[in-house]
Amino acid sequence: MPIATPFHPRTSARCVSLFYKDWAGYWAVRSYDTTHEREYFAFRHACGLIDVTPLYKYDVRGRDAARVLARVMARDVRKLKANQVAYVCWCDDDGHVLDDGTVTRFDADNFRVTSSEPALHWLRRASRGFQITIEDVSHRIAALSIQGPTSRDAVNAACGGDVAKLGFFRLAQSRIDGVDVQISRTGYTGDLGYEIWMLNEDALRVYDALMAAGRAYGIEPAGLDAMDVTRVEAGFILNGVDYYPATRCLIPSRKSTPYELGLGWMVHLEREPFFGRDALQREKQRGSTRMLVGLELDWDEFEGMFRAHGLPPEVHPGGWRDARPVYDTRGLFIGQATSGAWSPILKKNLALATVKSDYAAPGTTVRMEVTVEYERRAVRATVVETPFFNPERKRA
Amino acid sequence: MAKRYDAIIVGGGHNGLVTAAYLAKAGRRVLVLEKRHVLGGAAVTEELYPGFKFSVCSYVVSLFRPHIIRELELTKHGMQLIPLECSFTPHLEGPGLVRWPDANVTRREVSRFSQKDAEIYPEFSLAMSKMGFFVKRIIDNPPPDVGSMNPAELQKIASLFGHLKGLGPDMLELHVQLLTMSAVDFLQMWFESDELLAPMSCSGIIGTFLGVRSPGTAYVLLHHYMGEIDGAFRSWGFSKGGTGGISLAIANAARSYGAEIRTEAPVARILMKGKRATGVVLENGDEIHARVVVSNADPRRTFLEMVGEKEFDPTFVSQVKRYKFRGSSGKVNLALDRLPDFTCRPGDGVHVRGDIAIAPSLEYLERAFDDAKYGNFSRRPYLNVVVPSLVDPSVAPPGKHVMSIFVQYAPYNLAEGADAWPKRREEFGDTVVDTLAEYCPGLKESILFRQVLTPWDLEHEIGLSEGNIFQGELSLEQLLFLRPAPGWSRYQTPVNRLWLCGSGAHPGGGIMGAPGELCAKALLRSGEV
Repeated sequence: MPIATPFHPRTSARCVSLFYKDWAGYWAVRSYDTTHEREYFAFRHACGLIDVTPLYKYDVRGRDAARVLARVMARDVRKLKANQVAYVCWCDDDGHVLDDGTVTRFDADNFRVTSSEPALHWLRRASRGFQITIEDVSHRIAALSIQGPTSRDAVNAACGGDVAKLGFFRLAQSRIDGVDVQISRTGYTGDLGYEIWMLNEDALRVYDALMAAGRAYGIEPAGLDAMDVTRVEAGFILNGVDYYPATRCLIPSRKSTPYELGLGWMVHLEREPFFGRDALQREKQRGSTRMLVGLELDWDEFEGMFRAHGLPPEVHPGGWRDARPVYDTRGLFIGQATSGAWSPILKKNLALATVKSDYAAPGTTVRMEVTVEYERRAVRATVVETPFFNPERKRA
Repeated sequence: MAKRYDAIIVGGGHNGLVTAAYLAKAGRRVLVLEKRHVLGGAAVTEELYPGFKFSVCSYVVSLFRPHIIRELELTKHGMQLIPLECSFTPHLEGPGLVRWPDANVTRREVSRFSQKDAEIYPEFSLAMSKMGFFVKRIIDNPPPDVGSMNPAELQKIASLFGHLKGLGPDMLELHVQLLTMSAVDFLQMWFESDELLAPMSCSGIIGTFLGVRSPGTAYVLLHHYMGEIDGAFRSWGFSKGGTGGISLAIANAARSYGAEIRTEAPVARILMKGKRATGVVLENGDEIHARVVVSNADPRRTFLEMVGEKEFDPTFVSQVKRYKFRGSSGKVNLALDRLPDFTCRPGDGVHVRGDIAIAPSLEYLERAFDDAKYGNFSRRPYLNVVVPSLVDPSVAPPGKHVMSIFVQYAPYNLAEGADAWPKRREEFGDTVVDTLAEYCPGLKESILFRQVLTPWDLEHEIGLSEGNIFQGELSLEQLLFLRPAPGWSRYQTPVNRLWLCGSGAHPGGGIMGAPGELCAKALLRSGEV
């Protein structure tokens, strides 16, 4: 049975839909109302406030902390400056991804890792013989994510202006309603946004202060359903949906490498060994056999398939994550679309798919399976670059 | 040597801009001439008071054709729509009525007035969706040329009827009823409660000088129901940054394809050589030539003012003169220092995020029309109120709000004459605020700024003849193949190389872009550019 996060007294009072899901063993709101629309539009036009406490959090401290994390992560986190955050992934010895998350550097010897799966044992395995301590702080630290174009104004109003100049992927130590918090300029919506970290016992004070300060900026409590649409628009992958962690795969073909997932940009090969380096080096030379790509479905053809039944086109409300086969134009299976959404802001039907590399070049035409009035059809789709939605304010 | 254009678009309203974008995308050299300092015509955003951005005239969008968004890549150029969540009808007694996207919640709300109405509501919605799906074919194509014996035309008409019959045996019947009945009679085929009939029938009178019980208003009802956002029929939305945001996105698209757009460039008249339009003369005397002239202005302004009566044969002139404008509505825009608080449903809940209709009963609406019939604005008018800053904080300073109030009736022809409007403008504004304040007591104290637009202002400021928001009423005798005049519904006019692309052409008004798109496509097919 899932348990409550420290924000539950507030979020449950507002969650009139009773739409919850189990996120890492916690009750997480899917949408506060019976539709997530208001929350989605708050993310894109005002700001949405979402409880992200269920993320796993580990504090890594000690003289060797940077070295150990550099050994674990495909990205060289030793380059991080104090109060900088990095998006990272980590792999097994064969270069297969175990998880993706963030590493934050507080100072020379103090880091925090966040992950979507438990990671303590993997970090411990990597740190044998090094002088570090690793503490699982998941159950002590509560977290809120506030995302959207007015999020900066709302957070600033709550914390007295401390984030006015906070750069993309930077961290600030701050106070909200007299309580110590850490605020990072990060998020999972591909928009301007912040994540706020605090002790469990301070959670409600921070929540109340943010809601009060955010009122003038159109703040809306938001749930996972709205965030799922925004993360597809942002082209962000999700562990367990768009890829499986290598430790959970019965068969090799289910595993993925950073290059295949479009995370090749964060793999730093030219350095001391790290988990998976040799395999990744070989893959880099040889090329990847599959690639994660963005797909834009052809609306006219899709609409036509419905019209043939006398129906208007049906747009799936919200994101979907039941994988669908992808074919080439001759009908041969070339991969799978693992999640997607109708994007209300782009007015496009989007999907994230893993396809054979031959079909990964932007502009390539493929076909994705859709169900139209109980019939399986394949609709034309074009491979496009991600992020699909990439507003300037995201990095501003 | 002056630059030569393929096409000059007279007026930078949203339809003119759509035409410009399509022509430019097809490689034509296009010039748009807008008389005001801002683009958009009636789909315009202006910062009338520091920090407050108003959708000055048109305030919500539903009909904008989704394929135009795709073809002109308008989302890339900044077009963003945010759906309206609900419809709230406050009452002086009791909690009022809110219609929600959640069918069960709406059923409970309506049940307080009539359980029958509550249960039949989904049936009505289904019938309207079927109609919307059918009408989509009509608004996405040039009007069928009824009476033509051309096989292609006959086939188009046959295919339309085929589609209609395919929707079910009663749909043809329903369409005839819709075209001939009053909004109330039509709605009474489903509903009985006054509290529901009143706000629902209002869609039948918008921009029309008729009462909710006047025959012909059922069609106007459909015109407001046939919108579509993201595949969902009947949905309405706000445009991010106000409705001018749509116009600016279209203008950006047009510019990206190479169109040239000038503001503060009022056209005085259209240049003629024989029976052919050859360009325009600006008010400053500049002459600009082009292969075709496309007018986004309404038919009266275009034909009688910019071309001149003497260029047309008398039958056409009388048809244009008979074309009805009869503006019947006004607009009040308010800057507020706090949210309105409705007595019947206090607080800042979701109910104020959609549209708010002051339409408590059918009698109220009929009395509002009675005043108008005798040349007065309604003493207690129908109001359609929205507070877009709630869902789009970019249009007002933090914690403050913009309120847009559509007001009907405000007849263009007051008993003392249309020119009496400037004298009565503030009195009209007071009536509107007093009316709303009965439901929302703190309203007056929260007003920081007020703009009152009468039909006279819409004519003089925006250029809409007699202040008609649709460039001519949406009554059956001036729709489809009769809009704006019999024989001239395909965007061409009796003047060679002069075309019409505004709401005065098929399929009519509202921010839909359809006249602009259909005109551009017809023009490109004609080979004149």
